[in-house]
Amino acid sequence: MALADHLPQSRVARARILHGWLALALIVVSLFSLTVGATEVSFGPALWKLATGEALTRMEAIVLWDIRMPRLILGLLVGSALAVGGAVMQGLFRNPLADPGLVGVSAGAGLGAITAIVLAGLAPLWLSRIAGDQLVPIAAFFGGWASTILLYRVSTRRGRTSVATMLLAGIALGALAGALSGILVYMSDDRQLRDLTFWGLGSLGGASWAKVVAAGPIIALALIAACTLGRGLNGLALGEATAAHIGLNVQRVKGLAILTVAAATGAAVAVSGAIGFIGIVVPHLLRLGTGPDHRPLLINAALLGALLLVLADVIARVIIAPAELPIGIVTAVLGAPVFLWILLRQRGMVDL
Amino acid sequence: MTLVVRNLTVRYGPKTVIKNLDADAVPGALTAIVGPNGSGKSTLIKAICGDLPYTGQITLNGTDVATAQPWELAGLRGVLPQASSLAFPFHAIEVVRIGLTSGLDAEHHHRAEAALARVGLAGYANRYYQELSGGEQQRVQLARVLAQVWSPGTADGPRWLMLDEPVSSLDIAHQLQVMTIARNFARAGGGVIAVMHDLNLTALFADHVLVMANGQLLASGHPADVMTDDVLSRAYGCTLRVNTPPTDTIPYILPHCAAPHAAE
Repeated sequence: MALADHLPQSRVARARILHGWLALALIVVSLFSLTVGATEVSFGPALWKLATGEALTRMEAIVLWDIRMPRLILGLLVGSALAVGGAVMQGLFRNPLADPGLVGVSAGAGLGAITAIVLAGLAPLWLSRIAGDQLVPIAAFFGGWASTILLYRVSTRRGRTSVATMLLAGIALGALAGALSGILVYMSDDRQLRDLTFWGLGSLGGASWAKVVAAGPIIALALIAACTLGRGLNGLALGEATAAHIGLNVQRVKGLAILTVAAATGAAVAVSGAIGFIGIVVPHLLRLGTGPDHRPLLINAALLGALLLVLADVIARVIIAPAELPIGIVTAVLGAPVFLWILLRQRGMVDL
Repeated sequence: MTLVVRNLTVRYGPKTVIKNLDADAVPGALTAIVGPNGSGKSTLIKAICGDLPYTGQITLNGTDVATAQPWELAGLRGVLPQASSLAFPFHAIEVVRIGLTSGLDAEHHHRAEAALARVGLAGYANRYYQELSGGEQQRVQLARVLAQVWSPGTADGPRWLMLDEPVSSLDIAHQLQVMTIARNFARAGGGVIAVMHDLNLTALFADHVLVMANGQLLASGHPADVMTDDVLSRAYGCTLRVNTPPTDTIPYILPHCAAPHAAE
């Protein structure tokens, strides 16, 4: 604060400097995550072999290239998508506690996934053949996407979206998706119930290049779109009317924000199940550290979200090795107390 | 290069809030809109700002408000809303800078500091907006609006300040300060439209008064001409007497007699 008093621009400047530090930390954590795992393949010697042109052993190649690398990339994608999705959602709703889970995107995605798990046997043969193992993630993505579009239709009148209607409709939609999911869970047999439980806990365990290819482009598009939203979300923080008064095209900002959230969250939930708290804790921590300006915040959220999720995944893999913990448990155990601490500390600041 | 409102009708659902209203305002003058609660004065300024769907025509410097792009209007006028909330812990200076996001003056970022100084909050740049008092928050918002339309007159025509009850949460000293800023903006060639509750301040600062009642214009003209017993009593639905000192001994304080302290 003492520094900030002398340098009026310092919070934004500090946030810009943080880009570099977070990127550096992300690289370090990523390399670390490649060296850690159930099998004894250490990254250093393997890297040395690559550098000297020596052939990797078949074991090293499989572990590094087919198991750890797609898992790392999926972790980076999902972590950045969840954090940016949360930050954009909070900016859109002008509520620092808003979360993609709140407007039914996650619930819709969940309904899609559960439908796929429980009713997979009823799916026509050609569909199962095309989708294969990807049936659950694909269904989850479409569930999230459909619920966002439905929500947008319900809450937009004459080209104007009412944030209050959207929030309430989101709660109703979430409850409806939850109820339908409950019916499907009731119908499921023991094996399906087990699948449902593990999907619901969230995990990067099933990472594969196929999933990276499925989710990567959508998440990349969402991240690029988010980077253009900084100015618009800053204006929205003053209210929709004021945002328009200072010259923003409010409807376009809101429409793009909704699409961004749907794409980021839908794709992330589709490939990794429900992973909580990244979307709400990461933007909060960054706002505490470097202020709420969305232009640097969204970039930092992508970096810190990716970093934390990869770190959480490392913990999930080593803590009960050779078995592994679903990552959703790790993020909840670490994230929930942080979230509560933020709430208590910030009670006066979060102008609800 | 004026504000022209013709045949304006605004409906909230089935309820007609403003009916067939004609009004004009010129730059270089402070135009006050007064009237009782529910008379449609806030609705009128919202329509002028382009916040509401309406029928009829509103043009600002010849630009049709209904069809203009948000960035075009942002270059013409700044709007101080009646109440503002802020979701995130921005500093005061950051709030002012958000006002510079668009409009003609987007490049001039040093204006944020100057705007805060102009509303008497020079030392408040890095204070949290949420930790300021209601009156200070209102002045930070005014600084944001001033930063947006910094020069009252440009080669392309005058700029406008739209103020919706600008002094409602301020003490008397800051009421006078804010009204003086608005009047100076008008004196420098800009246009000012202010929705006012306080009739004394209106009489003191306005060059032109629009008196509204039941969604229609009851009177329009110089304060001395329209602020009469008859007009005000009809507008507000109670007997009012202008320039009549009370007969009992209860003290009364009028802004007319106020003078700023030398220290300020």
